[in-house]
Amino acid sequence: MTIEAESLAGYDSPASPETPVRKFNINFGPQHPAAHGVLRLILELDGELVERVDPHIGLLHRGTEKLMEARPYTQNTPYFDRLDYVAPMNQEHAFVIAIERMLGLEVPIRGQLIRVLYCEIGRILNHLMNVTTQAMDVGALAPICWGFEEREKLMVIYERASGARMHANYFRPGGVRQDLPPALIEDIDTWAKAFPQVLDDIEGLLTGNRIFKQRNVDIGVVSKQQALDWGFSGVMLRGSGVAWDLRRNQPYECYDDLEFEIPLGLNGDCYDRYLCRIEEMRQSTRIMHQCVERLRRTPGLVLSEDHKVAPPRRGEMKRSMEALIHHFKLYSEGFHVPAGEVYVAVEAPKGEFGVYLVADGTNKPYRCKIRAPSFVHLSAMDWLNRGHMLADVGAILGSLDIVFGEVDR
Amino acid sequence: MNWKLSDSTLTELGEKVVAGSGGLIDAFTVAFGELTVTAAAETIAEALIFLRDDPALRFHQLMDLCGADYPQRPRRFDVVYHLLSMTKNHRIRVKVQADEDTPVPSVATVFPGADWFEREAFDMYGVFFSGHPDLRRLLTDYGFHGHPLRKDFPMTGYVEVRYDDELKRVVYEPVKSVEFRSWDFLSPWEGAEYAKPGQEGAGEGKVERG
Repeated sequence: MTIEAESLAGYDSPASPETPVRKFNINFGPQHPAAHGVLRLILELDGELVERVDPHIGLLHRGTEKLMEARPYTQNTPYFDRLDYVAPMNQEHAFVIAIERMLGLEVPIRGQLIRVLYCEIGRILNHLMNVTTQAMDVGALAPICWGFEEREKLMVIYERASGARMHANYFRPGGVRQDLPPALIEDIDTWAKAFPQVLDDIEGLLTGNRIFKQRNVDIGVVSKQQALDWGFSGVMLRGSGVAWDLRRNQPYECYDDLEFEIPLGLNGDCYDRYLCRIEEMRQSTRIMHQCVERLRRTPGLVLSEDHKVAPPRRGEMKRSMEALIHHFKLYSEGFHVPAGEVYVAVEAPKGEFGVYLVADGTNKPYRCKIRAPSFVHLSAMDWLNRGHMLADVGAILGSLDIVFGEVDR
Repeated sequence: MNWKLSDSTLTELGEKVVAGSGGLIDAFTVAFGELTVTAAAETIAEALIFLRDDPALRFHQLMDLCGADYPQRPRRFDVVYHLLSMTKNHRIRVKVQADEDTPVPSVATVFPGADWFEREAFDMYGVFFSGHPDLRRLLTDYGFHGHPLRKDFPMTGYVEVRYDDELKRVVYEPVKSVEFRSWDFLSPWEGAEYAKPGQEGAGEGKVERG
């Protein structure tokens, strides 16, 4: 951090009887471990009290929305992995659902189950990252090591399905790229059975921890009304006690048939949001068990059979001329999406992740706006921090759950 | 639980919105299971207040606000508002048209969350929002020129940066290291705007498509 004294005026003035307080402008980031990426905050401080926060974002702006306008639809899914790179498949999900809605495409049930399974894995990936790094921001170093061990196992699960640890590009319009091997499904089940124990361990370090509570309880309080006014979603909303989860209220895929509960906070402070995230991980594990159970007894297709959109299998291409033509057309020209516009929102781990897709009837999106939950939450940094101490900025920022890939896009 | 509204319910809702708005909202369309309404840019703040406070609608959350560019139109920009009602469990899209010169009234007083969305739309498209508390650029570089999401803004931009070892600082230069490559994958047999090989006039006036 660099500290610049904004003004020394009044410092030498003998007229003021009290000790003059210097006001500081502090540059927090962009190279600061608690900035969770490349965030630059200009903090105006009165002593240690925060008077104003001006976040400067855009240091990771890659122009995703512009790039997408120049590429066929299927080449755009990888960009979604790179938004919230902590939970990549949840982003892909919104985009493929948007395309499916415009094309009127049905996803086979096994494909839906695999998608839900991997979205819940993404949720756990995200919450593990957030809970443990937020703990690190307030001084606890052990949880991150334990959390990352589990993240590593989940990334192997990602890799065994898609070939990539993070940037999976696994979801396709009409389903997923390929089926999961039976051994992988069993291994996911084994992992999900063992995971609650790890959660208990992490909770043992944090939930009742005196220092952790001192740093988080009653810090960054968001009232119900504020959460609604500022367009919050996800845990930022539920932490304040608003019962709203798109998986339950506007269900997509097969979330309708799955059993899970939505944890709510009471006070809307950093600690309640932490508790919500921990409980959401337990609920995600529950959903994973149900998906695994159903995957075992639901064989079948994972990708739509509509070869105007979904590519044919490799084996078919060796025998069928039509399959070969389909493959060639899909991987050169791509499919055309009828003109129109849709807004599709999914419950990503951070909140409502929305895709506003405008199609003009060609093989490329005309406009694709990505509504990132972190972007909205970060815009609240100013009023959330006013009146807090400098040290609380890190705690609040951590509990907002920011990833710069999706804030800057 | 089926939350998805049928097209007929959406049509009813759209009629209700248009009728109840007292002229603030002009027209509605229903497509892909979503309701879109259009409004006049000058009165967008009042229209959103109506949608927010009407007891039958209660669109009390602004989920998204963005721009879109249609350069062939006289008023080339769309500003698109996505509203959500959690109590009624429905969504609506409000669209207004704007151009480079006439500002759109800011809705940051109606929905505080619109603050950064409007800054982003200004940054990306150059749409002005009058009455916005702090209309600065948001995502682009300090000292950036132009509005990158406009259709006439080149994909590669105008400047590139590199670290200059002699000057010991980062320098900005006109783009020369990359060239944007674009392939024409659209089938010439389906709706192409140029003559196919073998046709009369083939090879002349071929349209470059991005």
